[in-house]
Parts: sequence; C-alpha cells; structure tokens
Amino acid sequence: MTIARDMWTQVSVGARQAVADCDVHPTPRSVEADLFPHLSQRWRAHLRTTGAIARQGFLSEMQYPKGQPGAVRRDAFPPCGGPAGSDLDFMRAQHLDPNNVRFGVMIPLGNAQSLQNIDLSVALCAALNAWQVESWTSKEPRLRGSIVVAYQDPQSSVAEIARWAGRRDFVQVSMLSRLPNPLGHRSFWPIYAAAAEAGLPIGLHAFGYGGWPITGGGWPSYYAEDMMNHAQTSQSALASMVLEGVFERFPKLRLVLVEGGLGWLPALAWRLDRIWEKCRDELSHVPRPPSEYIRESVWLTSQPIEEPENRVQIAEVIEWIGWDRVLFASDYPHWDFDDPGKALAAPIDRASRERFFLRNALDLYGIADA
Amino acid sequence: MNDPRGPGKEMSGSFVGAVDCDVQIAVPHRDALLPFLDAYWRDVSIQRGLQTLTTSSFPPEAPINARADWRLPEQASVEDQLDNLRANLLDRHGFAVAICNCLYGVQVLHSEDMARAIARAVNDWIAQEWLDREPRLRASIVVPMQNPQMAVDEMRRVAQDRRFVQVLMLVMGEMPLGKRYYWPIYEAAQDLGLPIGVHAGSMYRHPVTGTGWPSYYAQDYFAQAPAFQTQLTSMILEGVFSAFPDLKVVLSETGVSWLPPYLWRLDKYWHGLRMETPWVKEPPSVIVARSVRLTTQPFDAPRAPEVVAKLFEHLGSEDLLVFASDFPHWRFDGDELLPEGVPSGHLAALKRGNPLATYPRLREQLAP
Repeated sequence: MTIARDMWTQVSVGARQAVADCDVHPTPRSVEADLFPHLSQRWRAHLRTTGAIARQGFLSEMQYPKGQPGAVRRDAFPPCGGPAGSDLDFMRAQHLDPNNVRFGVMIPLGNAQSLQNIDLSVALCAALNAWQVESWTSKEPRLRGSIVVAYQDPQSSVAEIARWAGRRDFVQVSMLSRLPNPLGHRSFWPIYAAAAEAGLPIGLHAFGYGGWPITGGGWPSYYAEDMMNHAQTSQSALASMVLEGVFERFPKLRLVLVEGGLGWLPALAWRLDRIWEKCRDELSHVPRPPSEYIRESVWLTSQPIEEPENRVQIAEVIEWIGWDRVLFASDYPHWDFDDPGKALAAPIDRASRERFFLRNALDLYGIADA
Repeated sequence: MNDPRGPGKEMSGSFVGAVDCDVQIAVPHRDALLPFLDAYWRDVSIQRGLQTLTTSSFPPEAPINARADWRLPEQASVEDQLDNLRANLLDRHGFAVAICNCLYGVQVLHSEDMARAIARAVNDWIAQEWLDREPRLRASIVVPMQNPQMAVDEMRRVAQDRRFVQVLMLVMGEMPLGKRYYWPIYEAAQDLGLPIGVHAGSMYRHPVTGTGWPSYYAQDYFAQAPAFQTQLTSMILEGVFSAFPDLKVVLSETGVSWLPPYLWRLDKYWHGLRMETPWVKEPPSVIVARSVRLTTQPFDAPRAPEVVAKLFEHLGSEDLLVFASDFPHWRFDGDELLPEGVPSGHLAALKRGNPLATYPRLREQLAP
C-alpha cells in the first residue's frame, strides 16, 4: 500500500488548538486488577467460574471479530504493559498533552451494561464508576467520567445516577445504542427522568448487545458492516426517542449521540417532519415537529466524521445541523481515531471551529473555561 | 408537445414523455386472485379462509398511503384504480410509461409453497388485469423471496412477457440482501436484463430497527430509510456488484437525501477495513454511481429550494436518480411531482434519460 502524500499535508491551522474530546475510552488493566476491588466475593467468584455473558454467541471474542487487536491503534499499547487506554501516564503522553486536550469525557465500554445476568450488570457498572474516580478523575483534572448504568434495570440505574450526581467526577450518564427495546421505550423513562433532574446529559454511545440483528433484514457478515450500521442504529434510537415523546415528556433532557456519525442528522429530521405531518393522529403525544425537539435537545460527537471528497460539503451539512450542536471526539485509543488536526479539513470560520473543538462541549457539560 | 396541465405550471417543468418508475397497484381482495390460482391453491384459499394479504408496511387507510384527492373506497376495483391512475397521473401529466409495483404481502408468508403460488397468481393478474388494459403500464415481477430458486423460476417464467421490466424485492428480507443466498436472483436478473427493484417493505422476519420493535406506524415508515442504508452496504461489501457487473439495482421509496453522507461514511470505512472484503476493489461511491439508482419520491427535504439544490450538489452525478411519483401515496400536493430546487441538468436526466438507461426493456420499447 502506498500512502498518498497529501494525507500528511492537510494538517490545518487549528492543529494545536485546545480541544474538548468527547469520547475517550479508558480500559481496566484487567477485571481482576481494577474491578475486583470494587466487587463483592459473590461476583468475583461468578466472573471466575462463568464469566460475563452478553446476548451474543462468544464468551470473549466479539460477534464480529475486529479489524485489529482490541480495535485499538497499534501504537496505543502502554509500554508498561496492559491494554490500550489502561495507563493514565501513557494516555497523557500520547494523547492529552500533544493534542492539547483541555477537557476529555471518558466513556468506559466493555459489556457491563448489557449482560444477560442483570444483577451482575448492576454490580459491574457500579464497579466501573468507582474505578473511574479512583484511577482517573481523582488523578487527572482534565478527564471527567460517564456514569455507567445497567439500563435493563431502571431502578438500579436511577440509584446509580443518584450515587454520583453532583460530583465533579461525572458529566453524563452513559448508555449504549443497541438495546433490546428501542431507546424511546417507556422502560427507560425513569433513567431519562433522573438524568434530566440531575442536569446530566445522556451520552448514547454506539454499540452494545441488544440481541437483535443490527439490520431490519437480518445479521450482516462483516465487521465493516457492524461498524457502518452504528449510524443506522443511532438513527433508529433517535427516531424512537422523538416519536415516543421522550423529549416532549422530559424537556430538560439532553442527548449526546456518540460515535454514530453526524452527517445523517439533517435527512433524519426532514424525514421525521414529513411523516409527522401525515401521522398527527397517531402521534398526538408529539405536538411539535420532530426537528424542533432535535434542534433543542440533541448533540452529536464527530468521530468518525464523514469525509466527502469535497470537504466543504461536511461543513455544509453541519450548517444544517447547527454549529452549536457538534462536539469534537477522537475515540482514543481506538483504531478509527480522528486526529483533531485533520478532523475538519475544510475552510471554516474561527468561531465555528472554536465551537466545534471546544466551546460547545464546555457549555453542554458545564465546564468552567480553564 | 403541450403540457396537459397548461403552460409553465410548475418549477419541475413538463412530464410529457417521462417515465414514472414507481406506481402502486393494489390487489383489491383475495378473491381477485382466485382465477389465477390452480385448483389446489384455490381450494386452500377458500377452505382455510385465507384473508387478503395486506402488509403492515403499508396500511392502506393511513393518510400517507393514499393522498386525499386520489383516495378510493376500500377494495377499489382494478377499473376504478386504473381510472384514478389515468386521470390523475398518466393523462394529467402525459407520462409515456409507468412501472407498477404490487406490494401484496406475498413475501411475508412463511410457507415457501404458498408464497410461490400467490406470487404466480399476482404476476398473471398484473398482466391480464393491468398491462392488457393500459398500454402505458409496465410492471415489476413479484417473486417469492422466501426461496431464491423459486424466485428465479418465477422470473424466468414471467420475463417472457417483455412488459415486465424489473424484479421486485423488499428491502428487509430474511437476511441481508448482499448475502450469497440471494445471488441466484441477481445472476438471473443480470442474465435477463432486468434491474432489481428494491422497494420499501419488510418480510417481518426481524424487528424493523436494530434495536427492537417500535410502537408506531410512523416509526415503521421511518425505519425504511436506515434499512436501505444497511442493505445497500450489504450488497456492496458482499460483492454483488463485483460478481454481477451488469446488474442494476433501483432503490424505491428511500427518502434519497441520506445518500451523500452515507457514502462519505461508507467510503471511509471501506478505506479503513477493505482488507476484510478484498473483492470490493473500488470505493463504494464509485460502485453506486455505476450500478445503483434511486427513485425520487419520497424526497426527504425541507420546502426550501436552496437546500434541495445543495442536496443535488452533494448527490453529484446526474445519472443517479430516476423519476417516480409513488402514486397514490401522499408524497406531494397538487402537481408538485418534484421538490422545488432540482437543478435543470438533473431534471432533464431523471425524467426519461436515466430510466431508459437503467431499464433495457424500456429502452428497446421507447427509444426512437
């Protein structure tokens, strides 16, 4: 493979601009090392004997094996050992310092949130939250956490939100996009009520195991499809929340769609407005046009940002979304990392660039400008 | 030629001589098909009290599925449907030809045998009741997607009638449309010079969203657009267009405006993960430009000509779209067959040139 030379000459003027990174993935060194201290004897024993079984056919491999080990950048493994994203010093050296990250939102992934054993899920989510404070936010003021909840159990989710809400360590509640029920389903409403009440956005990250095929036409074959289709699942999630009336019912709720792309949002809003006009009777619980709820309540993170050949076109799409609703994210340390120096390679005015890379996130998450 | 609507009526200009690539026709009642079933299936239909197979994808009384001024009583006869179609579409606008899609719920059945019998009946009913009566009509071949070999047999049988110009599939099937399971259909379609028309609709083997079953019809309607996106990804990455380079796929009732950002994303992921599908040798956007076409209604866009014009800029190629009214679905009001703002180059191409380039059988029948 030859690398086109111009890939490396696109670095924009804003390369060293201070950024907020709204999708950073910290990973436990191992479950034993980092989570066992926060788990009871029962769950330690359970994890040793049975493991953590999700709605998919492999115990540890993913249902779509990744394109590279752990789906991470090959250069992101810490020299001291352990998985990518498990060492704070190396994350500082490789990402936070050189990319001038002023504020980073951590979203721990892994299967904790969508296990078949709901009690285990609850315990692991609680452990992940305690670990975020102990190993990350207490040591690095630039990083803030996401409250991970076992959303299949709304009651425990609400309790977990109450446990951490109001602390500096956490800036949002984290859910995954692929669930057994569409995101607007009323089983999730107590979580939305609690998040809105606490002033915490819901960060809806692409992924998870809902048990359903990712397409309405069955299970695709490839990892590339699983990745591509996160955009469509994010669309389904948002359409569900709007049409089930979540934003009507919880006007203070703010939703951040993470890692599902953003270019599709205008077409989605236009489509929803058109069907809404023609289904007013069926949708009497949604009194305003869907695009209004979306404009008020929804933010999107950028990575993996769409890259048209003519880069101006992605800026034109963001114009339709609103420059105040887009948040830069790198997805560090994953392989499809967006470099802040290249993520918006189009001529964009300084104010919009500043909003995209920093200001919107500080405003949304209530971070005082440093 | 004179525009039957009068001079200069709409921004989208005259449709005289144009091709409409998606018009809906409805089986009025189960009994309409009885004469086209063999003795066994006629008996089964009656003895088991089989009902009319109206699909949940298109509740006929939902406002969006019949424009108020085109609405007919339930179970309207073919004669009444045809009068409606002539008066409000064919005669009114001067179309040269319209392609009928019959979205009877054949594909929803779980019995392959029943699906085959009813698909045959529907095709023969279309030929006799519609195509014989109105020379401007063409049709898509309804196939039992439940069994690709049966589908191929039906395609070969019906394709002898050259008024059938494409093969109808639903966007949500048993498995993703790129899977090798369906390749016999694509091979036969390429062979017969028939595009594959992938239409909105589901076999309901899976929830219409990747996150489970929604509550409202509006959500089912919305879900068609993401479904087209996932299925197009499947067809591209599985290598359908590498294996069948002459195959054309026409996507109907997609919403259209999602396509550019979708292709930007897919090109990026293809670039990052093409080692997984090494048979896909070109960026997906190049494959789509060559082999995939989209019908124009519904067109998900605001009523803002400058936004529509910008969307067409993002779509790029003037070869990409083929006109469809989606009659009698309620996609537009009055005579606004296309949204205001479509650039003139696209307008000229999508009304007639692109359909003729896409459908070999229309080309041979209509080209001067």
